[in-house]
Amino acid sequence: MTGRTLYDKLWDSHLVKQNSDGSSLIYIDRHVIHEVTSPQAFEGLRLAGRMPWRLDTNIATPDHNISTDKTERDAGVAGMTDEVSRIQVQTLDDNCDLYGIKEFKINEMGQGIVHVMGPELGATMPGMTVVCGDSHTATHGALACLAHGIGTSEVEHVLATQCLVAKKMKNMRVTVNGTVGVGVTPKDVVLAIIGKIGTAGGNEHAIEFAGSVFRDMSIEGRMTVCNMAIEAGARVGMVAVDQKTIDYCEGRQFVPQGEMFDQAVAYWKTLTSDADAQFDTEVELAAEDIAPQVTWGTSPEMVAAVTASVPTLDQQPNEEKRKGLERALEYMGLEGGQSIESIYVVRVFIGSCTNSRIEDMRAAAAVAKGRQVASSVKQVLIVPGSQMVKAQAEAEGLDKIFIAAGMDWREPGCSMCLAMNADKLGAGEHCASTSNRNFEGRQGNGGRTHLMSPAMAAAAAVAGHIVDVRSFLLQDVGGAV
Amino acid sequence: MKAFTAHRGLVGPMDRANVDTDMIIPKQFLKSIKRSGFGPNLFDELRYQDEGQPGEDCTNRPLKEGFPLNFPRYKGASVLLARKNFGCGSSREHAPWALEDYGFNAVIAPSYADIFYNNCFKNGLLPVMLTEEQVDILFKEMEAEEGYQLSIDLPSQTVTTDSGHVFRFELDEFRKECLLNGLDEIGLTLKEADAIKQYETERAAQHPWVFGAIK
Repeated sequence: MTGRTLYDKLWDSHLVKQNSDGSSLIYIDRHVIHEVTSPQAFEGLRLAGRMPWRLDTNIATPDHNISTDKTERDAGVAGMTDEVSRIQVQTLDDNCDLYGIKEFKINEMGQGIVHVMGPELGATMPGMTVVCGDSHTATHGALACLAHGIGTSEVEHVLATQCLVAKKMKNMRVTVNGTVGVGVTPKDVVLAIIGKIGTAGGNEHAIEFAGSVFRDMSIEGRMTVCNMAIEAGARVGMVAVDQKTIDYCEGRQFVPQGEMFDQAVAYWKTLTSDADAQFDTEVELAAEDIAPQVTWGTSPEMVAAVTASVPTLDQQPNEEKRKGLERALEYMGLEGGQSIESIYVVRVFIGSCTNSRIEDMRAAAAVAKGRQVASSVKQVLIVPGSQMVKAQAEAEGLDKIFIAAGMDWREPGCSMCLAMNADKLGAGEHCASTSNRNFEGRQGNGGRTHLMSPAMAAAAAVAGHIVDVRSFLLQDVGGAV
Repeated sequence: MKAFTAHRGLVGPMDRANVDTDMIIPKQFLKSIKRSGFGPNLFDELRYQDEGQPGEDCTNRPLKEGFPLNFPRYKGASVLLARKNFGCGSSREHAPWALEDYGFNAVIAPSYADIFYNNCFKNGLLPVMLTEEQVDILFKEMEAEEGYQLSIDLPSQTVTTDSGHVFRFELDEFRKECLLNGLDEIGLTLKEADAIKQYETERAAQHPWVFGAIK
């Protein structure tokens, strides 16, 4: 028998039933719920007269739609000024209270962006199947979970049955070996991968990220990478278990202790791809080739090294891609051939399920420390991913560094990543953003998003334009600029 | 669930690759706690000159004249002809809800993003996958003929044009059955309740930490 991939193992261990028509019934261990994609699912449950199959599998929190402004947040759900949003968050509270589902409410310790909250509370653990009505659920794959986003009908399906009808995906392995240079972060690695395979490159695949770069990476860094698997088209992104995974989990709120922890660890250690496992698709990148990355267009695959230039139309031989490029340049207000560093930004957003964890806050603060936001920049939002991240950052004094630099220190939530709340771009405004999507209008109608790492975004805030953060890092160690 | 067996209708274009679900239905409309009413805001930013707000009456909003679905010739389109990787990005099921509420019964494209593709079947919206060459032929025929209609038949898995093309498309047997019969997938899964319970018993013995932790 040939070896199995990590994905094969996770799939096999959750298979309830294999049907003759090729579909399978897969068991779901953890279901994460938020306010935006759940109300219609709860309503469907009620209309059909059904009850949740299990309660101790669900964990909920509001994140997408809530204000990050302290004054408004202090007033709780009742104080939400957008009435439509308030009803949605209230509906989540009501549904969780009605059914007895564990919810971390708007200002409760534990609340946060769903994909920050799950791992940090230990609600998601290695070997689990994790689903959520949000495409960035792949984030949890950093802990060797089989985690993916689902639609609202499937939220209802999981609530009612604890299962999903699924078809097995293909296996893809993305290997990055070598050592990344100074100033090159997990965000740069994943953007480089998306640039290589394209935004549909991972369609119908589950991606395992392998190689020394991911082994050397922290668990939070692996979350950043897995988070953006969907931006390469793959619903699932994963990294195998190693000692870092186990150390990360130990001691967290919902992780077992004592003998049961040891039992769990013994199982978790099996969650790696066998040496002779076969992958349907293999992709390789060299760490040394990866520079800090910046998106210049309207799809995450429209990405380049910060040292490069915006592509020109004559560089693109494929007609469909050239049309896409032309449209993207027009939307972004850029000229083909202009250098990436010549792009000026008026807003900066540091946050989102991709980059709002404590290591991200530290990386941004390291650049912001002792510097000032450029006068041409209207706003720099620093939005921690959870109440726990916020508390930790404040304990380390990071909030004071940001405030001293002229940045806004906000309350936890999804914020300007998708701009459902008041945090948004105006038409034509360029934004250095640590989020995951640079789609047209994503951060506000007519807004122009440039995706990059937290350190790069902080550097852009100071410079007023996109800049290679490595020049800042050199200054900090007293080297030549 | 709404069933789909066969459909004949006017074809409308969405001629660009990688159409994301933010484009299909922008985020401000996701604040709704309902499943219906998203049609007037389908492709909102491409379709209207102003920024739409949830609950706003769209009948008098200024349209973007250059957006093809605003052309009189495509008014009443019920089949959306699109390009590759349609529906990428966010998992929002509001995207198929908006397409369906607008009046589309089917989408035809060379490929789809996985989550969007899956979401369509839950809402009686058929995502037909043809080759890029076949989609090109349909685009050319549609552009050449005002009032261009085509027929989609699910039992035979075919798209038929009046010019005589018959294109076969593939889809999973399970999805086809559910769509043809308008089956309640949750009801089907609940028929396997005994198997699910048995799985839980065996799993709880092996991996007890998966159960009971969250209270």
